[in-house]
Amino acid sequence: MNNSLTLLGLLSLEPSYGYDLKHSYDRYFGSGKALAFGQVYSTLARMVRDELIRALGEETGGGPDRKKYEITLAGQNKVREWLFTPDVPSGSLQSELFAKTVIALLLDDDADRLLDVQRREHMSRMRELTRMKQDADLLHVLVCDHGLFHIEADLRWIDHTSARLTRLKKELHSA
Amino acid sequence: MSTLRNVDIILSARSLRHSFGQTEALRGIDLDIKAGEVLAIMGPSGSGKSTLLHCLAGVLTPDAGTVTYRPADGQPLVISSLSESNRSRLRLTDFGFVFQFGQLLPELSAADNVSLPLLLSGTKRREALHKSTELLDRLGLQGLGAKLPGELSGGQAQRVAVARALVTSPAVLFADEPTGALDSLASENVLTLMLELVREAGTTVVLITHDARTAAYSDREVVVRDGVVGTGYRVTA
Repeated sequence: MNNSLTLLGLLSLEPSYGYDLKHSYDRYFGSGKALAFGQVYSTLARMVRDELIRALGEETGGGPDRKKYEITLAGQNKVREWLFTPDVPSGSLQSELFAKTVIALLLDDDADRLLDVQRREHMSRMRELTRMKQDADLLHVLVCDHGLFHIEADLRWIDHTSARLTRLKKELHSA
Repeated sequence: MSTLRNVDIILSARSLRHSFGQTEALRGIDLDIKAGEVLAIMGPSGSGKSTLLHCLAGVLTPDAGTVTYRPADGQPLVISSLSESNRSRLRLTDFGFVFQFGQLLPELSAADNVSLPLLLSGTKRREALHKSTELLDRLGLQGLGAKLPGELSGGQAQRVAVARALVTSPAVLFADEPTGALDSLASENVLTLMLELVREAGTTVVLITHDARTAAYSDREVVVRDGVVGTGYRVTA
């Protein structure tokens, strides 16, 4: 998740203080991992430098949280470009697991067990997310659903690969 | 196999084997199910998971091995040795069933479908209807008791099937792909309501599914593959 562009997106709603922006971010996207104030202020400073936002003046009392920021036209364009540019599907976990599976087979180790261990871990996380959905508001239900659907896709890959281990091993050893 | 104490176990299978002709569906299953737990039995198509459910519930008599049921207020029963009529009685009084396609009687209203198991076990019609309506309400089907199954959505019909399975307050609910024919939102709705009711009542649930998101509602899962219980699919090809 791109924190800078997400913050810029929130700023496009209305001018905001860094303090309020951080809390908006945490409310919508921070489940399990709140954004650090330091990261918010350094991101805001970078966006001012890049002319994506501008400070609306400083209230007395100093401190970075006394500044209110508003998005510029360039910032608004940046947000729209971000919104409608598709992301490259992430395959990081699968790549790691794929590498482990191949190495295990090359080493004549128990690739079945490796996939089973990962499978149990996935199921355990799915249970946790399913529990978190009970009595949660829709925003958090959808965050959990996003995780659940992704884990489910990983599990399908695990089952699919599990069913082809003998053939994969043969191919790897004959290569 | 788990190492639960006998006192906690409501159902146990030992060395269960069953074949259909030359095909061995179960090849020596050992399984303990704890009272009040929601157990998911997972596995690919043809792995033997539905056959296992049918043997556990006394629908099928295994070729070999035993299934023992320990009711909370009675002596252990070896289901696999009971006569057909005793197994039928046990299924009516102690077990509830939900299948992928609700198997509701199309000519009966939702309330009558739900009342049926109570009427069959001797409950008076007025009391049966009262209890059915109460349960339909709990499942979010207020005012739909008079509808025929054909007039209900898939999710609503499946909730009627859940009500029918739970109306006798069974000790064990057997659910075979209960949401397999529903879209993900309807499936979630049925599972959430069903699990809320069974957890409240302390009902044990044996849930057959190939779907990981459904299994995530359980307390524990076992995987059946090639007729044995394993921890993963491990089907090699």
